[in-house]
Amino acid sequence: MILVLVETSPSGEAIEVSREAVTFARSLSASGGGVPVDAVVVGEASDALVATLASYGVRQVHVLEGDAFAAFSGAAWASGVLAVRASAGSVVVIAAGTPRGNEVMAHVAARAGVAMAANVLSFSGLSPFVVTRQVVGGSALEEMRLSDRPAVFTVAGHAVEASPAETPGSGEVVTHTPAVDAADLVARVVSSEEPEPDLSGTLKSARVVVGAGRGAGSSDGFADLLELTELVGGSLGVSRVVTSLGWRPHHEQVGQTGSRISPDLYIPCGISGAIQHWAGCSTAKNILAINTDPDAPMVTKATYAVIGDLHEVVPAINEEIRRRRSAG
Amino acid sequence: MTSVLVCIKRVVDSSSEVVLTDDGQAVDGRFAGFTMSTHEECAVELAVQVAAATGGTATVLTLGDADATEQLRSALAVGCTAAVHIVADSQTFGPADVAREIAAVAADHDLVLLGNDAADSGDFQVGIRLAYELGRPVVNGVTNVVVEGDTVVARGAGPDGHETYRVPLPAVVTILEGGVEPRYPTVPGRMKAKKIAIDERAPSAEPVGPARVRLLLPPPAPSNVQILGKGADAAPAVVDLLEQLGVLAR
Repeated sequence: MILVLVETSPSGEAIEVSREAVTFARSLSASGGGVPVDAVVVGEASDALVATLASYGVRQVHVLEGDAFAAFSGAAWASGVLAVRASAGSVVVIAAGTPRGNEVMAHVAARAGVAMAANVLSFSGLSPFVVTRQVVGGSALEEMRLSDRPAVFTVAGHAVEASPAETPGSGEVVTHTPAVDAADLVARVVSSEEPEPDLSGTLKSARVVVGAGRGAGSSDGFADLLELTELVGGSLGVSRVVTSLGWRPHHEQVGQTGSRISPDLYIPCGISGAIQHWAGCSTAKNILAINTDPDAPMVTKATYAVIGDLHEVVPAINEEIRRRRSAG
Repeated sequence: MTSVLVCIKRVVDSSSEVVLTDDGQAVDGRFAGFTMSTHEECAVELAVQVAAATGGTATVLTLGDADATEQLRSALAVGCTAAVHIVADSQTFGPADVAREIAAVAADHDLVLLGNDAADSGDFQVGIRLAYELGRPVVNGVTNVVVEGDTVVARGAGPDGHETYRVPLPAVVTILEGGVEPRYPTVPGRMKAKKIAIDERAPSAEPVGPARVRLLLPPPAPSNVQILGKGADAAPAVVDLLEQLGVLAR
């Protein structure tokens, strides 16, 4: 059996990357002669969540209940996952490659005395079991042997597209309240607060994001970009170099270590498109790159591009928008 | 008087194009140069802050080849006061091997800080494996750490908001960048760092290895970009596009 740790949103739905991990598990199952795919969720499983997981082909939904799981602890979650694994006999234990997913799977692997592969994209053989995973922040791939059982790994975000199964699973709910060792509850979240309002929230939900990179030149180089942001009713997002140099605050950073955005239109200006940045904007529906270098990765990966210096192009765009408004 | 051990790794600077060695077993740093990850720069900063606030010590540790002294000296230049160098080829060590080697040094320290994940191998597990080696609690992926008495208070971003952990020492904490600004070394700091003797050690055991078959570079994606024009003359075409996509605020 393949056991997938499924993370839920505050409203109790399976998050997209967890549904991707279930989809990945199904393709692994198909290659392995159809072994069942089970899910494990922590806390509460609503009827809607169970129905979703069943539509993704999940046989059993294991629910970890009890005070030990009321607040997050990586060690407690891992002990719960291993308790389910022991009762159900899974040979593969996986999660999405989220911070929680990587953390809990690392605990699972350390406790079980097996290897763990983080951010797996695909598998290329069952005996030996070889996975291909992202390393160097996604700039390179590693083929890695996972010969231990259980095979423990996390599935990189967007490695596969989340898709329901052709044949739904039964989605039978099995409740577990395993005893958790006191030592596994020492490092647990003691308080969780809403983040400061209006920091990265508006950036993540914006329909249009204007991006700025090293090409802005200095902390004084953002006036035209901010005007364009206002004219399109969007948010400003920046690359890591911009926050590292202290030109703009960290909460505006887009990328692997900043916000991940999926706007209708992303307008990266003077951003070369290092893989760390691309990881945060690759799901934008349209990308309009403004860059002096026609061979910059951001330009070649974009939907549209203007070749030129942002300090010439952006003021001209702003002027054109204002001209059309006053004419219209 | 917290005794802090902060663990760093010499890695190839991957901010520009990544090139692999001929045998496909490692990233080639001959042209790009070497650095430590931003997570670890922040871990070093936090180690120095905790040592200063508690009147304690900050010791930096690395497992790497002889050239990794460069990264140890960088950490010494910003305020670490001692360094341990396990001299070995880090590419032949898997995450469980590295955790075991750190554990052999960490027993004398109250607080061990590491980066959340190495910038090259991206294993996301050394800190957690270390905690099990030591039988200590571990907090993973936080951005701020302070020590209050015999408790470490760690804060970071969780899926639903800012999370706080309060954990008794001794403990292991892994750090993500974003909570503190790593300081730049001063000239006196660099001079002082040169005089500190580095405690060089051999690995405590033969490594099992990373189970790596080989490294590959991802295939380049085909480009379908539509060039709207060059320079300021492209502005009308850009605004046509903004109108067509319906993204212009009224």
